[in-house]
Amino acid sequence: MSEAIRIFVPIDAAALSVGAEAVAQAIAREAQARGLAVEIVRNGSRGMLWLEPMVEVETPEGRIAYGPVAGRDVAALFEAGFQSGGAHKLRLGPVDQLDWLKRQQRLTFERVGVTDPLSLADYRAHDGLKGLEKALSLTGAEIVEEVRESGLRGRGGAGFPTGIKWKTVHDAKADQKYIVCNADEGDSGTFADRMLMEGDPFLLIEGMTIAAIAVGATKGYIYLRSEYPHAHTALRRAILKARNAGLLGASVLGSGKAFELEVRLGAGAYICGEETSLLESLEGKRAIVRAKPPIPALQGLFGKPTIVNNVLSFAAVPWILTHGAKAYADYGMGRSRGTLPVQLGGNIKRGGLIELAFGISLREIIEDLGGGTLSGRPIRAVQVGGPLGAYLTAGQLDTPMDYEALAGIKAMLGHGGIVVFDDNVDMAKQARFAFEFCAKESCGKCTPCRIGATRGVELVDKIIAGTERPKNLAVLRDLNKLMTDASLCAMGGLTPMPVMSALNHFFEDFDRPPAERLPLAAE
Amino acid sequence: MVHYPAWDQDEARSIVSGLSHLEGATLPILHALQEEFGYIDPQVVPLIAEALNLSRADVHGTISFYHDFRTAPPPRKIVKLCRAEACQALGCDAVVDELAREHGIVVDEHGGPEKAVVETVYCLGNCALGPSALVEGELLGRVDADHIAALCGARQ
Repeated sequence: MSEAIRIFVPIDAAALSVGAEAVAQAIAREAQARGLAVEIVRNGSRGMLWLEPMVEVETPEGRIAYGPVAGRDVAALFEAGFQSGGAHKLRLGPVDQLDWLKRQQRLTFERVGVTDPLSLADYRAHDGLKGLEKALSLTGAEIVEEVRESGLRGRGGAGFPTGIKWKTVHDAKADQKYIVCNADEGDSGTFADRMLMEGDPFLLIEGMTIAAIAVGATKGYIYLRSEYPHAHTALRRAILKARNAGLLGASVLGSGKAFELEVRLGAGAYICGEETSLLESLEGKRAIVRAKPPIPALQGLFGKPTIVNNVLSFAAVPWILTHGAKAYADYGMGRSRGTLPVQLGGNIKRGGLIELAFGISLREIIEDLGGGTLSGRPIRAVQVGGPLGAYLTAGQLDTPMDYEALAGIKAMLGHGGIVVFDDNVDMAKQARFAFEFCAKESCGKCTPCRIGATRGVELVDKIIAGTERPKNLAVLRDLNKLMTDASLCAMGGLTPMPVMSALNHFFEDFDRPPAERLPLAAE
Repeated sequence: MVHYPAWDQDEARSIVSGLSHLEGATLPILHALQEEFGYIDPQVVPLIAEALNLSRADVHGTISFYHDFRTAPPPRKIVKLCRAEACQALGCDAVVDELAREHGIVVDEHGGPEKAVVETVYCLGNCALGPSALVEGELLGRVDADHIAALCGARQ
């Protein structure tokens, strides 16, 4: 009897959203009916989301991909001999040679889609835990220095140097320190955190554990948004396995150093992506933004020194420790070192996750890798960096993906999300939405955000309706300046970014005769 | 479809006391109560306040801050429809309009515990395969109005 054929069907939520579960079941049924021994591995997604559900079959020539596979295709696939890599119209070829993957530099996502996310043995077999083992041979100060040298900057959006944050917590004296992972990935157009937590949860655990060892923290929390039930399940199961294997607990890998980790669920508040409101929420309170200083690194969770980092920041650390700071810093450009997991979404033909060194242009991502719009219509606007990021024109797409280059055109990289719109988009409506979203999600602590967002919706409505347009445009610009300058956090402070970019780049949408417009939906 | 037992103050008390040892226990307790009963009955507020040494105002303030927490029994079914930018780029607003026009389903309108409801949510992390919806823990991509209406159990 030959060994079981290994077939990979993703368990990533995006793959499940287009039918991966039915495909897995159909493969199991069909194999049984044919008397074939198969082992179905539920891997993460490779990030080629337009090909999901993408099934891979292990053959002597490597893993062969087929996609997008529907449940009804499965019988024909077996008929065509896909279990040994046979030809079929859905056959994409050896997965390692697919252009979309070959053009990437996968460091953080090196295992996602390759391994079984919940197999610690698989994790170890693919270089997992080497970073932590290295860290355990260093002093805390040496770990912090390694992270600083790598040039890693916070991947959540603000881009603050991770090593400096860690050093502050390392140098603080306290009876208790905390490691907090911001997994409240609320920005539309971003899903890298989700894919990583579902596709390689041990990597996040390892990264947070290294942080804990570095600064002497013994307790960590992953604050996960409630909209991610699949990631919640993956993390809970992975933490349980990690604890049972001695990777977490009273003595991390037998080092005598303790680290306990827990997942906490948010409750549908976008503002919790802001680190101080996240801490308030973890403490059980209304998620009201705190004034800074004091910074969380000195007075964070329950007033104790706390590292708060994004999922991707923690997840970059094991690679840095394993391969060295210099190897990481060799990727990238200027002050943006390493790689960035870019998320390509919205009206796009080939959307998904692309991990690349900083510096690639938006055009290369959207046109070459993404293949343009899904609708086939011309690109009119591209929003980079989530709901608080700027709308760019098709003419601005030669800008490189780099913190400073985007800041230079009054845009921001944020968490690396790109949302593409075709020429059906109404940019006045998008500007209105930016205010509407801010009004709904503002924590209410500072007046510019709480009141400004509501006034902003009213102003855009008046401008759209043609009411005293020049005067209201002047007030709109003034309101945006005030919100930018006087808001307590990025929610109120950056809402003007999409609004102003829409106004400056797409003024014609604010200047149409009101009669041409369809009536807006009532509030 | 999820069936919840009727609110039971003794059961609620044991959920509260079972979790009150946690650091920052309020949200875990509220989630556990809502998972058990489908909502958080306001009569639990004094129990949580006492167990965590908080004021009732603090507990009420936390419950009322977050979109997820409900203080009345849930609708028969909740379909969360993403209406953030990436799904806007793929026409989620047209889905909302069509639901109202063709199926009589007004998004975010609650019709009592016997009805299904379509609720607005901002981003489900499925931005390359939108419009997206989340139904009883299951994520759906490339949805349209007919699909959403079918999930709600046809015309209401």
